[in-house]
Order: sequence, then C-alpha cells, then structure tokens
Amino acid sequence: MKIESNSNQNTAEFKGFSKETLAKFDEIKNHFPEGKEKSAIIRMLHLAQSEIGWLSTEGMDAVAKILNIQTIEVYEVATFYTMFHVNPVGKYVFEVCRTGPCMLVGSDKIIDYIQEKLNIKVGGTTADGAFTLKTVECLGACGYAPVLQCNYKFHENLTKEKVDELIDAYRSGIIEN
Amino acid sequence: MKNRKLLLENVHIPGIETFDVYRKNGGYRSVEKALNTMTPDEVVEEVKKSGLRGRGGAGFPTGMKWSFLAKPEGVPRYLVCNADESEPGTFKDRYLMEKIPHLLIEGMITSSYALGANTSYIYIRGEFMYILHILEKAIAEAYDKGFLGKNILGKGYDLDLFVVPGGGAYICGEETALLESLEGKRGNPRIKPPFPAVKGLWGCPTVVNNVESLAAVVPIVNDGGDSYAAIGIGRSTGTKLISACGNLVKPGVYEIEMGLSVEEFIYGDDYCKGIANNKKLKACVPGGSSVPILPHYLVTKTASGEDRLMSYESLADGGFVSGSMLGSGGFIVFDEDQCIVRNTWNFTRFYAHESCGQCSPCREGTGWMEKVLHRLENGHGNIRDIDLLAEINKKIEGNTICPLGDAAAWPVAAAIRHFRDEFEWHVTNKDEAITRNYGLSKEPLIA
Repeated sequence: MKIESNSNQNTAEFKGFSKETLAKFDEIKNHFPEGKEKSAIIRMLHLAQSEIGWLSTEGMDAVAKILNIQTIEVYEVATFYTMFHVNPVGKYVFEVCRTGPCMLVGSDKIIDYIQEKLNIKVGGTTADGAFTLKTVECLGACGYAPVLQCNYKFHENLTKEKVDELIDAYRSGIIEN
Repeated sequence: MKNRKLLLENVHIPGIETFDVYRKNGGYRSVEKALNTMTPDEVVEEVKKSGLRGRGGAGFPTGMKWSFLAKPEGVPRYLVCNADESEPGTFKDRYLMEKIPHLLIEGMITSSYALGANTSYIYIRGEFMYILHILEKAIAEAYDKGFLGKNILGKGYDLDLFVVPGGGAYICGEETALLESLEGKRGNPRIKPPFPAVKGLWGCPTVVNNVESLAAVVPIVNDGGDSYAAIGIGRSTGTKLISACGNLVKPGVYEIEMGLSVEEFIYGDDYCKGIANNKKLKACVPGGSSVPILPHYLVTKTASGEDRLMSYESLADGGFVSGSMLGSGGFIVFDEDQCIVRNTWNFTRFYAHESCGQCSPCREGTGWMEKVLHRLENGHGNIRDIDLLAEINKKIEGNTICPLGDAAAWPVAAAIRHFRDEFEWHVTNKDEAITRNYGLSKEPLIA
C-alpha cells in the first residue's frame, strides 16, 4: 500500500479511537453470532474512517486488534471497497458519479467544472486540505443525476450554480460533515 | 390502463416513515395474519401462487427459491435482504427504503417467519448510509411495538433484524459475493453449487432476496397469492418498480402494473412525459446497464410489430437479436444527441472497474474491451476493432464464476449489433466523430 505524504492533509498522529466510537464498535459486534464478529468489519471501518478522516495503517491495525484478527484481513477488505480511503484525503471528499445515466445528463461537464473551480485534477486535494475530488461509479441516484456524494451526503441534480453554492457552503461551514 | 399500486400506494402520506402512521394505514397486517392464522409453509405457498419473480434483476420465482431452502435440524437459517442496489440506472430500492422503511421491515418479518429464520440481515450499499439510519430507526420502533424480538405477538416466534453496510462494490449485489461481504471479507463470488439455500451465510442455509421482492410479500400475504397473480400479464404478475432515468422530462421511480405499454411509460402524462428538451428517442436500456440496448425502432414495438410491454416476456421478445430484458427495471433513455460508442465505453469502464478480479476472462477481458472502446471513441480506432470486441465478448461470456462477465459482455454485443454503422463511422470519420455525434441510426429494412 503506497501512502503518499502531504503535510496539508489529515495525517495527525493516531492516538486510538474515541470512547463513543469504541462503544459503537461493541454494539455492532453484537449484531452477529458469537465467533462471527468479523462481520462487523466494514461498518467499523466506516466509523474509523469518519473519525480519523481516512484509513491509516495505525487505524486499521487498531480495528484488527479489536476484532482479534490479522491486520492483513483488515487491509484486504479496506483496499477492496472503494469507499475506503487508504491514502490521506481532504476534509471534504467530493465523489462525483461518472457512470452512464449521469453522463447522459452532463456529469463530464460537472467534473470538468469542479476541477477548474478547485484547481485540482481528479484524485487531487486542494492546497488548503479542504477538498479532494474523486470520480466514482454509479451511486444509485440516476433519476436525480448528475450526482455527487460528500462524506455520505448526496447532492443531486447538479448544475454549475449548485456546485458553486455547494463549495461555498462547505467552505463556510454551513454544511457540516 | 388503470394503474394499481401495491407498494407505493401510501408513500405520499405524511409521516409514513414512522411506525404509528404506517400502522394506522394498515401496516403490519401481514405479520398478524401470518403469525395468527397461517403456518410457515402456507405463507410459502401463497408466495408461490402469486407468481412473484425476483425483482433484483434475474426474475427467478421467489416462491421456488424459498422452497429450495434446506432445513437440517439444529442449524440456523437466515434471510438476507439484498439492498446493495448498484446496477447503473436502478434506484428504486433506495426510494422504497427511504420513503416507507416499515414496508421492507414488515416484508422481512413475514418472510423470515415463512422461512423459519430467527436472525435476518439487510445488506445495504455503504453509500446509502443515511438510509441505514432510517432503517435502524424503524427497526427500533418495530422492536418497541413487539413486532421484532422475542415471542412476537405472543406466538412464540423470535426474530432479530440487523442492517449491515457494504463499502462500495457493485459485485456485492451478486448474492454469494454479498454473503462473503456480510462475513467481513472481500466480495468475491463463490463457486456454485453449493447454492446459498444449502450453504449460505456462515455455511448455513440462506435465502437472499431483493428489497422489492420482500416488500411484495406484504400485499401477497394480505390479499392472497391468487389476487396478486391476477394483476399483471401472463407470467409477469403483480406490479414492478421502474427507475426511469436519462434524457426524460420526468425521471423518477414509478410503480407500474406489469403489461403497461412502453410507449405509454415513456410518453404518458402519468409517467415520464416524453424525451427531455423536445428531442427524439435514440435508444433505451430497459433493465439496468447489463441488459441489451434497444434502438429507437425496437423500443415501443417488437420486431414483429407488436406493442412492446413492460413485462419480462415482452421486453425479451426477439431474444438477444431484437429484444432485451426487464432486469432490475433500471430504464435508461437516450436522446438523439447521445453517442452509443461513448456510452458503451462508459458502461464497459464501469464493469472493468467493478470486476472483482477472480476470473481471468472477466478481469482481463473487461479491461481490454474498455481500452478498445476508448480508442474507438477517441478517434484512434481501427475497423478490425469492432470484430475484436465481439471476439473478446465471446471469450468472457459463460466463462466466469458469476454473471458480471456476462453483464459486461451483453451490452457491448448489443450495441454493435444495433449500432454497427455508428461504430464504423467512428473509424471512417475520425475527426468528425470527435466533434459531433452520429445522430439517429437508420432503421434496417425488414423484408
């Protein structure tokens, strides 16, 4: 796993999960029969990522320890599922759908516009560490296309004006994570 | 045609997402009826009679799938709801779960009772995390009101229901990949047999059903399987949720009675209201990105000139030569300005991205097709590339553990079959192909 370093991004030292997150981990493990707690891993990784900002090796190792499994079992899951960021990302990650139904109604133009507006390429992060732009495959919101998701929130029927408003809203803290 | 709604009838009632409002409007009657007056086998029998076919895309009879469930003594059985909705063009399950979550929960309780499951799971795609919270809130209400937990309705039946998120992987919609993911692993589909009905979740007998299928169990149990079977046309019984998207005036989720004409669905005032911006229809993918594309002259009429209907049989009329499939009901409409080569490339990129990588024909084949289509679309193609695509197709189809390979191959094969002239034009008029689109394809002269 290649970890790129970028001093502006969320790379603060990991000092263990918060009490709230640890309590949630315990609760989720109870959804499964005894001995099958590994099933909790994906949801735990979502929570871990929300707390750390991305999935650092230290964070993943901590999840492995809690589940009493090998670290590789966590890495292989984290790298398989596209929602997990195994490299540092900005505070707000714009994941813009690029699949057919969104493309039919102009997702290419929206992606171009965001690149221009934030002055980054797909995959990049703004210099202030605020925004990362990614493209993703179908988000399951095709009737409300073009669509982007930012930290679990859907933003639908996108236009250039809406993108402007959205970026302003995130920058000024009107929309919180 | 009068359109009856069985699933979304109450969706616009304010507060329907709460237990009390849902209950006041007839909610949870199917649980009462099943637990108070029916044996589990009688519930299975009603579902068989209803003719309900799996709404996730494959269209396999739900009652039959249930009857395959192995019932060894002392081994737990599981019901798993497939809410991994990720077929491009499909967003009906998201709508149902967001607007009327108790309908799915009710369907799951009644179905779990029928199957003898005491623990059930809803596996939902990770991107729908906000719906996971909606569902968990509704589940908590159902526990509180005694419809989940121990000794439901005092009948000695116990059921626990949990929601489990995925992490962003199309392949987890395939039922054995879903089970792998639910076990906390990478979503690699399993070799079948054994089928999940015999060895599923943690090696135990398991039924995996789509959200819409489980929701449909509610009206089936309430009104009887025969009454459900009376709706629709032929072997396409009941209603279907259609996710309409693409270049339409009014895209969205519609519940239609099976047998509605495609013409009315696209152009009718009660439905999509026609093609957006007064454009002409160029093509339609009627059942999610995996099904064959239909050119405009085969969308509303079949090759033999009959009206094309929204049903499993009518959409498949003509086989892969001039038909398609109902699939998941992801109805994607293309206007005259859309480029078929670009769209085919886009869908192929999707499959290349989503291939789990287990089987070489799919892992390598989808990537190869993506490269070939990319060069065709961008003016670097060769006329031989078109036949090359067909060749790669044949090598993928049927040679993989799961149907993702087929799903990647079919759209490409169909696009070339119906739009070969447009592919060739991308090679012969390279400069023009970059600056403008081909427009409508000509209707072939049928002798």
